[in-house]
Formats: sequence, structure tokens, C-alpha cells
Amino acid sequence: MPASINPAHQGGRLAAPSLPASRLLLARMLRDDGTGLKKAHYTQTWLAGLLLSPQLLILLFFFFIPSFKALSLAFVQVDPFGGREIFVGLQNFVDLFSDPSYRKSAWLTLWFTIVQNIATLGIAGVLAFATDQIIRGQVGYRSVLLLPYAIAPVISGGIWAYLFNPAIGPAASALHAMGVPWDPNLRPSDALILITISAVWKHICYDYIFLAAAMLAVPQSLREAAAIDGAGPLERFRTISLPLIAPVVMYLFIINMVYGLFDTFSIIDAVTAGGPAGSTSTLVYKVYQDGFIMMNLGSSAAQSIVLMVLAVLFTVLQFRAMDRKVNYQV
Amino acid sequence: MIERNPVLNVICHLILIAGALMVCAPLYFAFVAGSHTGAEMAQVPQPMLPGSSFVDNLVTAWEKADFGRAFVNTLIVTMVIVVGKIVLSILAGFAVTYFRFPFRMTAFWLIFMSLMLPVEVRIVPTYEAVADVAGPLRWFLDVTGLSALINWTTGIEINAGLDFSMIDTYAGLTLPLIASATAVFLFRQFFLTVPDDLCEASKLDGAGPIKFLFDVVLPLSVPNIAALAIILFVFGWNQYLWPLLFTTKTEMTTAIIALKGLLPGPDDPSDWWSYAMAASFIVMLPPTVVILTLQRWFARGLVDAGK
Repeated sequence: MPASINPAHQGGRLAAPSLPASRLLLARMLRDDGTGLKKAHYTQTWLAGLLLSPQLLILLFFFFIPSFKALSLAFVQVDPFGGREIFVGLQNFVDLFSDPSYRKSAWLTLWFTIVQNIATLGIAGVLAFATDQIIRGQVGYRSVLLLPYAIAPVISGGIWAYLFNPAIGPAASALHAMGVPWDPNLRPSDALILITISAVWKHICYDYIFLAAAMLAVPQSLREAAAIDGAGPLERFRTISLPLIAPVVMYLFIINMVYGLFDTFSIIDAVTAGGPAGSTSTLVYKVYQDGFIMMNLGSSAAQSIVLMVLAVLFTVLQFRAMDRKVNYQV
Repeated sequence: MIERNPVLNVICHLILIAGALMVCAPLYFAFVAGSHTGAEMAQVPQPMLPGSSFVDNLVTAWEKADFGRAFVNTLIVTMVIVVGKIVLSILAGFAVTYFRFPFRMTAFWLIFMSLMLPVEVRIVPTYEAVADVAGPLRWFLDVTGLSALINWTTGIEINAGLDFSMIDTYAGLTLPLIASATAVFLFRQFFLTVPDDLCEASKLDGAGPIKFLFDVVLPLSVPNIAALAIILFVFGWNQYLWPLLFTTKTEMTTAIIALKGLLPGPDDPSDWWSYAMAASFIVMLPPTVVILTLQRWFARGLVDAGK
């Protein structure tokens, strides 16, 4: 790789480390030390501006202005009659964190993302390991395992909702035959299990592709050396492959967190719509319900800010992990 | 040469067969439901083999949800997203790697920052931005006093004219989605690996930057463009939150939203499941065909885009 794509490294060495973070960021944003610039380049400023303008205009109108509005809305309350905005400081956040339904939603989101994450990584890891060991049929298995990538989350949700539908679903009737009183429309834990299964099923293929590619990239010479030393397949995996693919695993762990937090919105909307009794209303789904359906703008803006902090945190972590992945060379 | 272990080999095949079943079994049972009438599915025991009503169910679903229109909309929206995202990203990536200009790093950072906040966390303000595109412009004119000035000099009430909404338009469904930090990074990363000699040679020959872009950079980028196009096609086709927020009329809906409308709730008659499952297969067909036929490119593109 000719250059790290982590911009955190660019200009980092130029600015003094003792500078406050905000000035450091500003210095990085403004200073051009030629990072990521071709040696042979052009200098027509107007043309560069022209080439960049569509991207930046769209970002301005649909990203920067809305994000700024979300930030400013979080600190005001709108008078329902006059439509006046009153600055209330952190009151929205105080209300939010003392709201039991929000705390419930936060715990539920944590449980859901962690379980979904570990299940996805575990299953994808076992499948990638197995693919790596066999000689024949790799392409065939891979084609089938890739399939859910093409399937929309809503369809994945719909299919699992059918399978576990208490009135008609084959999986639900199997559970009933075993004496389990399965009903995701009434029992909160069943609904949570249902969206977890659906989210995992949809996402295994993604982790699988990355893990299979990473295992394929482990140098054959290292494995042979270990084999000559008498290490068996599992021993080789533990001592050779696992340390080498660890950065990819770390990267996927973060990606899975982001997926669980944000991208499962459509599964939840299609399968349970947050119910029963808010038992599957994750933080993202709650923002949508409170802000878009219930029109509680102050609270929803404060919720957005909480999620923004999480999103920024995970993006930074993702870039950290990506950096390791790129730089890790044998 | 590494020793072969027949036992491990068999175990691995069994694991993979279990994995394949895990993917296929839900699809199979969904297909069984989609190919029987609601009455047949209500029997005990339930049929385990596909029936003969798939086409009938599909026709019913097609009429109920107006899929004809929805498919046309989805196709338009997906194509605009794929082409728009690729074009905008190539232009922006080209500008930040091949031009030295003031605020180059600022532009790069502005694009980078957009990666941080997915739409899901800023639903309400983004909705307002789409519903009132000219809002920021009006605000700017008001604050700077320009609107009062124009009103005073020409008598035109400029703010009244600057009011349009992109709800229920193709522009509203696509435009906000075609800015993409990930794709800009992908192309930037690729452009950095293009040998410098090519640009120098092209300069010697007297070609300007645009000619260089079209004659040298674009032909070299074809594999990247193809890989990205596959991923974006699936991304665009399967969009859910965006059309959910920005369409209110049924004639502007997309196939995924139409399908969501078909999924029965707890109180709806259970024979709706047959229609919904039959329709699911048609809606998932285009992205599935793309992924399966272009698998090689797709897997590479996904891993590259993640880097």
C-alpha cells in the first residue's frame, strides 16, 4: 500500500502534540503537506473546484446542514403553541437519561449488538476455516454462502417472520410440538430472538467473505513450516492463521457493531416494528419512532446526538482497525 | 506439502453443508409457502414440497402492491445511484489526488467527516432538508439582508419563490444518497497506485487534466468501477429507510417498500403470507442474479472497499 488511508496520520507529525484537540483538528484540515497528492499533478484551482463541487454541494445540503440542525435542536425545546424555540441547555439529555424506556432500549441494544456480533463472527469463522481446509467444492459452497448478501434485510426479516409465525410458520409449529409456547407477537424475549436470528443470517456472508480472503492470504510457507514441525491443522490454525487474521477479526467486530446498531433498522421495522411493548425497539428504531412518528423533536434530537457520538466513536475505531489491517504484512 | 487429514476433510465438508443448509432451508420453506394457496398452508400437516400456485400468488401480489410501477421506480433509482455515485466519486477522488489547490486537505476532510454519521442517526433533520431544499438558501438571504434588498429594489418577494420539496421525486430518492465517502476513498486509493510516469507522459504530449482523466485514468479504473457498481447495485436496490421516509404516494414507491406493505401483521389473514413470500422471490431476484454471476468481482470489490 503506497499510503495509509487513515487521514489521522496526515499532518499528525506536523502539529505539536500539546495543542488542544480542536486546534489540532483544524490544523490538520487546513494544512496541506502533500499527503495523498500525486508527484505529477495539475494546479488549475478552478477545475479542481469544479470537479469537487457536486460532491461537496450534496454533502452541504444533505449532510452538514442537517447534522448541524440536529446538534442545535438537541439543546432547545419547541413551544407547542407558539412554535418558539427555548434554549434549555442539557435538559433534553437529563430527561432522556432518566427516562426508563430509553434506558431499557439502551440495554436491549447492547445485548442485541453483542450477541449478534459474536454469533455472526463465530459462525462465519467456522465456515471460513472449513472452506480453507477443503480442496474440492470451494467455489460451490462459497456461491451458496454468499447468497444472503443479495437479499434485502426486509426480505430476510420477512422470511424469518414467516418461519417463526405462531399461526402458520413451520419453525414455530416445530417449537410448539416440543412444548415451547413460542409467540413473538406476545413474548418480548421471542421477538428479540427472532430479530437476532434474522440479523445474523443476513450478515454471516459479509464476515465470511473477509475471513475467507484473510485465511487465503496466510502464506503457505508458514503453514508448511509448522506442518514440518509436527503441528496439526487445528494447532496450525491457532498458532499461524489466527494471529495473522486477528486484525481482520478486530475490523469485523467493529463493522458488526455498526451493523447491529444502525443497519438493522429495516429488519426490526419489518418483523416486529419495535414491539411487543418496545421490547425490540433499539436506539435507532427509537429515534425514528420518537422523532418521525411521535414528533417529539427535542428528545429525538438528543437521542440523535447520543447516536452520533457512538457513530463517530465506531468510525474512529474502524479506521484504527483498518490501518492495522492494511499495514500488517508478512 | 501439508499432510491431508481425511477425517478433518469430511468434518469440514459436513460443516459447510450445514452452512449451506442454514442459508437454503429458510429460502426453501419460504418458496414452499409462496407456491401454495393460503388454505393449503393452513392444513395439518403442512405441505413440505412446493405446490403449483406460485404464479397465481405472484399475480395476486403483483396487483395488490402495484409492483409494475414499483419495479420501474426501483430500477430508475438504483441506476441513478450507481452511476451518480461512481461519477461523483471519481471526480472528487481525481481532484484530491491529481490537483494541488488551496484547501485541498479541507475538502478531503469534509468528505471524510460525512462517513461518520449514517442517515439513521439524523432522520428528522435530513427529512426537513429534503422537504425544504431551498431552506438554507432562504436563511442565507435573510441573514445577509439580500432578500430585503431584492424586495426593496425590484419588488420581488424572493423567499416565496424559493420553496420546493423533493418528497416523492426521483431527485429526493437519489440525490442525497449519491455523495459517498467510501467510494471517494476507494478511487483515491487506486489513483495513488497509478504510476506517475503516465501523468508526466500525458503532460508532455500536451494533454490537459480532463483528457488525461478520460484517456488514461478511466480505462485503468474499469475493474474498480465494475466491482463498485455491483456493490452499489445491491445497495441501491435494497434501500429501505430512505424511500420509507421520502415517499408518501404509492406511485413513487420502490419494490422493497411495496413488499414491506404486503407482509401481514399479527391480525392480518395468514394467507397473505403466501403472496408475500412469492413476491419476495421476485424482488430479490435481480440482486441475486448480479451477485451470483459476477461473484468473483464482487468479493474482491467488497474486500477492497473495506480497506
